[in-house]
Amino acid sequence: MTKTMTKSMDLRLRHANKSTQLKELAIKFVLIASSLVAILTTAGIIVSLSYEAFRFFAKVPLSEFLFGLDWSPQTAIREDQVGSSGAFGVIPLLTGTLLISFIAMVVATPLGLYSAVYLAEYAKPRTRNWVKPLLELLAGIPTVVYGFFAALVVAPIIRGMGSGAGFDISSESAMAAGLVMGIMLIPFISSLSDDVINAVPQALRDASLGMGATKAETITKVVLPAATPGIMGSLLLAISRAIGETMIVVMAAGLAANLSLNPFEAVTTMTVQIVTLLTGDQEFDSAKTLAAFAIALYLLILTLGLNIIALKIVDRYKRKYA
Amino acid sequence: MDMETEKKVVANQAIMTARNVDVFYGKKQAIDNVSLDILENEITALIGPSGCGKSTFLRCFNRMNDTIDICKVSGKIEFAGQDIYSPKVDVVALRARIGMVFQKANPFPKSIFENVAYGPRIHDLAESKAELEDIVITSLKRAGLYDEVSDRLEDPGTSLSGGQQQRLCIARAIAVDPEIILMDEPCSALDPIATAIIEDLMESMKRHYTIVIVTHSMAQAARISQKTAFFHLGKVIEYGETEKMFTTPDNELTQNYISGRIG
Amino acid sequence: MRDLTLTTSDQLKKRHAKETRFQWYGRIAILISLSFLVFMFVAIFFRGAGAFQQTKIGLDINFDQTLIDPTGTGDPEIIANANFKPLITKSLAQAFPEVTGRSETRALYKLISSGSVFELGNMVKENPELIGTSQKIWVTATSEVDLYMKGKIDETISQDLRRLKDRDIAWVKQLQESGVIKRKFNTALFNNGDSREPEMAGILGAALGSFFSLLVCFLISFPLGILTAVYLEEYAKKNRITDLIEVNINNLAAVPSIVFGLLGLSIFLNFFNLPRSTPLVGGIVLALMTLPTIIIASRSILRSVPNSIRDAALGLGASKTQTTFHHVVPLALPGMLTGTILGMARALGETAPLLMIGMVAFIVDIPKGVTDVATSLPVQIFLWADSPEKGFVERTSAAIIVLLIFLVLMNLLAVYLRRKLERRW
Repeated sequence: MTKTMTKSMDLRLRHANKSTQLKELAIKFVLIASSLVAILTTAGIIVSLSYEAFRFFAKVPLSEFLFGLDWSPQTAIREDQVGSSGAFGVIPLLTGTLLISFIAMVVATPLGLYSAVYLAEYAKPRTRNWVKPLLELLAGIPTVVYGFFAALVVAPIIRGMGSGAGFDISSESAMAAGLVMGIMLIPFISSLSDDVINAVPQALRDASLGMGATKAETITKVVLPAATPGIMGSLLLAISRAIGETMIVVMAAGLAANLSLNPFEAVTTMTVQIVTLLTGDQEFDSAKTLAAFAIALYLLILTLGLNIIALKIVDRYKRKYA
Repeated sequence: MDMETEKKVVANQAIMTARNVDVFYGKKQAIDNVSLDILENEITALIGPSGCGKSTFLRCFNRMNDTIDICKVSGKIEFAGQDIYSPKVDVVALRARIGMVFQKANPFPKSIFENVAYGPRIHDLAESKAELEDIVITSLKRAGLYDEVSDRLEDPGTSLSGGQQQRLCIARAIAVDPEIILMDEPCSALDPIATAIIEDLMESMKRHYTIVIVTHSMAQAARISQKTAFFHLGKVIEYGETEKMFTTPDNELTQNYISGRIG
Repeated sequence: MRDLTLTTSDQLKKRHAKETRFQWYGRIAILISLSFLVFMFVAIFFRGAGAFQQTKIGLDINFDQTLIDPTGTGDPEIIANANFKPLITKSLAQAFPEVTGRSETRALYKLISSGSVFELGNMVKENPELIGTSQKIWVTATSEVDLYMKGKIDETISQDLRRLKDRDIAWVKQLQESGVIKRKFNTALFNNGDSREPEMAGILGAALGSFFSLLVCFLISFPLGILTAVYLEEYAKKNRITDLIEVNINNLAAVPSIVFGLLGLSIFLNFFNLPRSTPLVGGIVLALMTLPTIIIASRSILRSVPNSIRDAALGLGASKTQTTFHHVVPLALPGMLTGTILGMARALGETAPLLMIGMVAFIVDIPKGVTDVATSLPVQIFLWADSPEKGFVERTSAAIIVLLIFLVLMNLLAVYLRRKLERRW
């Protein structure tokens, strides 16, 4: 009796298997197809940027783009106009971008790191539960709001302080944009550094405290050195953010491509120029429009490079204490 | 400061006394009315089943329990006649006098030299670089590690083997020149050979230091210690000469534990 | 015997002072960071609060049939095409009999927003029975009058530098005395699309543009994000392709948002010829941008579903797919939805990519679907912030306040869902 029963069940199971197998296959296919969208996006970004950038480099030589010191993409309306060719040297944009990012990091690094250290090592759980989300709120505010704040509130303050001290500051300055961008970056640094500091094993703290080191000594001499790679990673990620940030600089940094390291002058950035070149009417074959894609490709390489290095560092660090 | 300063050795003099010590973790009582004396230049072993409170009690001696917010210690613990929980006592100074070696070797991610030099540096014990080197080498020698690492002091401390790492931690503790060294199951993560080396080391160390060791190995306690305290459920059940404890214990519970019937 | 005292020595005092200083550095850093946050909110709030009220002028308007619908047809088309300006000028002439000259009457009329005629038109279109009656109507004043009423115009500076002249101010004061100029709740802000006149400009068009974009974004990114997460967590074997997808997703999350805009421009607009400036393309771009965030969040949720659940289902003879979709995914869904909402909140605030696909035009009409041209709330903020008219400053701030409220609501929804639905293992 048992024998026949097993046999019929066996058959039914085999029958069920066939249709389930098909279904499983179909579902797996859908799943794989979905996962490929992410890859296609990357491919789309690389292909479209490269394609338009190559068209640009057919008109303007790569060396002129990479090493040129002049940026004035306005192609002439009349043929005989002065400067009719337009200049496409990316260096002023790059220095502007780096200057603003530098100012932002000067603001964000100490504030972010000290906040992270305090939250990770000193704050009571109650304080931590309040302060951490509040800090992270800074990262959740749309960048257009920061831009408005930079242009309308911070820039006039800086200007006022400048004229109070007796020198002239332009209404759009690297300082205003950098300062406000720095505020935006605080939570990027503090959150990741906080994680990294928490990952330092308690045993190291105990060892130091057990020998009579004060807490501050333990933190500066043991915890932070141990966490350095992870902190470096978080700083690199923040820099990558700063370089790719658009709205704050569009609204507060200006359009003038000055090759200057003076933080109180108006400078322009790569992202600002992309926006200027591509908003408004555009013919898709002019060097002016295509230049935006060349800048974007450069920007992508910069940010992705930084990001890959940062992720590697953080990853290796995490594995060390895992 | 000369590490070799001769200490006045008065055998059987209590350097540390605990009276009616209670420890609470939040509402949970971990130590219940414990009193015992730690004698100078002896090795005192704290034994007992896991969770009996022996490690918690050990951490009271250098106030490492302070680092845990919910931990409350009451009663009186005296070191060289001073109440170490009195508000006048500076916990930093206390921990410089009472060093600690932990269960798992925890060298800093620095060089071997820097690991040992850490304590003298923070406490400003060396006036010159030469003196600092002197302290480091003496400490490494006392920890029986110098011969093995003399040619690679700049290597990271984490590159050493487990047993060597633990001896590095002992050297690091010695470098501050403490009176007492607390050891929290220092051999539990080591193989028998490394354990034997550390046990020999402790034997030689007791000339200079007073050692309190928590161990889960009764054999180890029997081999190295002069006094043993048996902890059970946060209480000291029996405390006395190690030899007597392991041959003719007064208490039935102790008898059961050392013969392996409980634990 | 050595000195064994445990009290604080001079050297220790210095070390403790350092400790205290160090702690204060941390507190000060947090304090500075948070005060920036507060400063920003307060600055924007004070600039924007005024925009929720708008100055209106009460006029006795005679809805003269001969002017609106001379033949009395009642035809909505005739009413819609009628010129309502004379209604206002007539009423003004009644209120200010002393104002006669041509240029003076024109200046007087300029106190009233040029958009008022449309407001009157709409009023009559909706209530044709108004024709032939006389009513007291509160018409919208211009932005200049509005700013004056809100105390934002400095009367002491020379009138050559002001758009509102001394004569205009005298008229406004006269209106004030007779109590027919008042600040009322600014309905235009919530009912209108963009406008060149600050007093007529509203955020409805932009808000709907944002809504349609987010709708498209959600419909694309939620299913795709979940399916990808399920594949990577539950199905994919550890091999090079999986690694590639993983690395790819992590890096995609760090690509500057403006680059996604360029992708949209060159692929969706120029290659696929999708309609420019529409929420459809905006939503697609935002979806691609938020996808990595959603995938990363969903994967960590799936990872937190204990293996015992999978083992239990598999042990009963369920297939991989049945196990995953009947048992694992339903348990993880609330968490994944929370992650998606947080991703959408980010997308709502995103501006740069939308500029690239032309959602930055001046658009008066309210979009009715995903293929109508539109802007979005953050883009509207950007556009207004760029406008020279002083009246736009407070409107920009008001739009920011509205945007922040939406963001807070979305985050609260996420928190609520997490508390209510998410399981802790």
